[in-house]
Amino acid sequence: MAIVKNDSLIEQEWITVDAEGDLPSSDENLIVPLARFKEERDSLLGRNGGLGVQLNPGDAPEDLADDLDRLSIITVNFPAYTDGRGYSYARVLRERMGFTGELRAVGDVLRDQILYMHRCGFDSYDLNVEGDIALNKVRAALKEMSVYYQPTGDGRATAQSLRERRRAALQS
Amino acid sequence: MYRYDDFDRQLVHERTEQFREQVKRRLAGDITEEQFRPLRLMNGVYLQLHAYMLRVAVPYGTLRADQLRQLGMIARKYDKGYGHFTTRQNIQYNWPKLDEIPDALLDLAKVEMHAIQTSGNCIRNTTTDQYAGAAADEIEDPRPYCELIRQWSTFHPEFTYLPRKFKIAVTGSPNDRAAVKVHDIGLRMHQNDAGETGFEVIVGGGLGRTPFVGKTIRDFIGKNDLFSYLEAILRVYNRFGRRDNKYKARIKILVHEEGIDKIRELVEEEWTQIKDGSLRVDDAEIAHYIEQFAPPAFEAMSDDDTDFERHKAENRRFANWVRSNVIEHKQPGYAIANVSLKPIGGIPGDATDTQMELVADLSEKYSFADVRVTHEQNLVLPHVKKADLFALWSELDAAELGTANLGYVTDIISCPGLDYCALATARSIPLSQRISERFGDLDRQHDIGELKIKISGCINACGHHHVGHIGILGLDKRGKEFYQITLGGDASQDASIGKIAGAGFSEAEVVDAIESLVTKYIDIRESGERFIDTYRRVGMDPFKEVLYGDR
Repeated sequence: MAIVKNDSLIEQEWITVDAEGDLPSSDENLIVPLARFKEERDSLLGRNGGLGVQLNPGDAPEDLADDLDRLSIITVNFPAYTDGRGYSYARVLRERMGFTGELRAVGDVLRDQILYMHRCGFDSYDLNVEGDIALNKVRAALKEMSVYYQPTGDGRATAQSLRERRRAALQS
Repeated sequence: MYRYDDFDRQLVHERTEQFREQVKRRLAGDITEEQFRPLRLMNGVYLQLHAYMLRVAVPYGTLRADQLRQLGMIARKYDKGYGHFTTRQNIQYNWPKLDEIPDALLDLAKVEMHAIQTSGNCIRNTTTDQYAGAAADEIEDPRPYCELIRQWSTFHPEFTYLPRKFKIAVTGSPNDRAAVKVHDIGLRMHQNDAGETGFEVIVGGGLGRTPFVGKTIRDFIGKNDLFSYLEAILRVYNRFGRRDNKYKARIKILVHEEGIDKIRELVEEEWTQIKDGSLRVDDAEIAHYIEQFAPPAFEAMSDDDTDFERHKAENRRFANWVRSNVIEHKQPGYAIANVSLKPIGGIPGDATDTQMELVADLSEKYSFADVRVTHEQNLVLPHVKKADLFALWSELDAAELGTANLGYVTDIISCPGLDYCALATARSIPLSQRISERFGDLDRQHDIGELKIKISGCINACGHHHVGHIGILGLDKRGKEFYQITLGGDASQDASIGKIAGAGFSEAEVVDAIESLVTKYIDIRESGERFIDTYRRVGMDPFKEVLYGDR
């Protein structure tokens, strides 16, 4: 119901379509499931509007390797918050494949997972609550913890890197 | 021993405050039990049959004296004066009140402890050899690597919602006391042909309803590459592990269904892409962690102590305890002392508040304030001077902690069973108590020798029955408890899964059945054979015959 990106609420500018059925007019911004993208790739790329792809659990983000620069957005669907496959997809897209567009978590996106999502490379969250509540949830979730052990592509300094820096400073 | 620095402390502190807020939301009715469930589970809070249960992590089974003392205090303040040490080297409290759990977590945090990731489908507490840093047969102390695994796995953003829980065990000795072959990942330290120390990586072992001995995915991974390799395995599991059926969701099923060669291919392909990345740990960092687990200040002394020998000669009970519970140390003049939590007829793994405080005091007096928890649910004082063993034993004995039965038939692993657990189908504690009483005579136990009995109160196998020399599984048949016996299981470096002997026994029959198995073994054993050795030589049939006759 509300999408939070970069500490703000943003408008829903995309239409997500199903695996089958008619497509809206060529000017609309579309998000299509990966399977449909693979089948109708050429015609989809030829449309006027923006194009995004939705990954569902079981999909391979590697299938998008040749087309990443043509996609403005990739949504990763979490049908249930307990299905954590999307975290791996996000890291592969960001850290390995170098995707720089919007990476949005959709589906069962809850406050207590948002920090983990952010650490894996998501930058927007489609939450099932109204505007300001959604914004406050994301803000609260992102500042609940301040120590991180694992290096990911999110740019946060790990405890280990901070320890090394401190040791170096003490030696100099 | 590893001490938290400000980063570790800050992380636990933030987590404690976060959970306090979550409990507040629950108690105020802002969230339902259903919404609260995943939050409490991430903090080790289960809802059992009668009450909440709090499971506290003991990373790689290592405790300082002040930590064990605090565990005793928590047992008194928040529970009914006792705690239960588990097969994962953790401790559980069975009677905490929900509104007091945040305070208990705060008291834990004061001694650098927590309940993080003791539940949920995440990477659980890493376990290891309880004699790490002390054992004479050790290649290298595994604890520095366990601590690095602890940090890597704590709140791992990618691996917090895995298909199922994930357990890693490490052994630094060829004699595996950590059951690494029945874990999701087992790491066995060894040297390669170039003389470097690294790890054999074993995946897909596990117990539960579908037991498997793990398979070697890589014979050798160097220390610097260990963490990228673990991440590669976890990523493959997270992406491809089954999620359609929780009973088929462990990595053992993925390995079984796809085959180890296919999984190896996927892992190697993944690893190739991340091995030179930021998870590579350099030698300087490893050295920093090794330094933190440096041996304590041992005194140089002779390995022989005349007083120790004299006490053994003069006091038969002490001599018996030494024979079963004291193990060779790598440092001359020192020994490893096991503190049995299996008094005859007692509840396996339970310790009272005052017992915990006593062991903490004794560890300060005799063992450099170092205490270990074993996966067989006992405690260990790893560095005791031989000259101090008699004084130590005397104090333990006075507190009913001097039972001489390590590895014997009464040193039973048992899950909490139907007395506590919501999943259980039968009671396991009363049965373990009756077996313990039946075989309580020490001379008889010595005669029987090493015999590992393991009891689970349901198919989930928390009591490790699949790897008991004699395993007992409690089931429910039309409202009545009955017990299935398996033979030939082994959790050591020669790991094997036990085979079901036949039809189950009623509660009234099962202790006699165990006794007839033991009697048969005594009758047919050859010199020096343990029960498991005899079983391996003669097979199931002679034992089946005494259990069932012509039935």
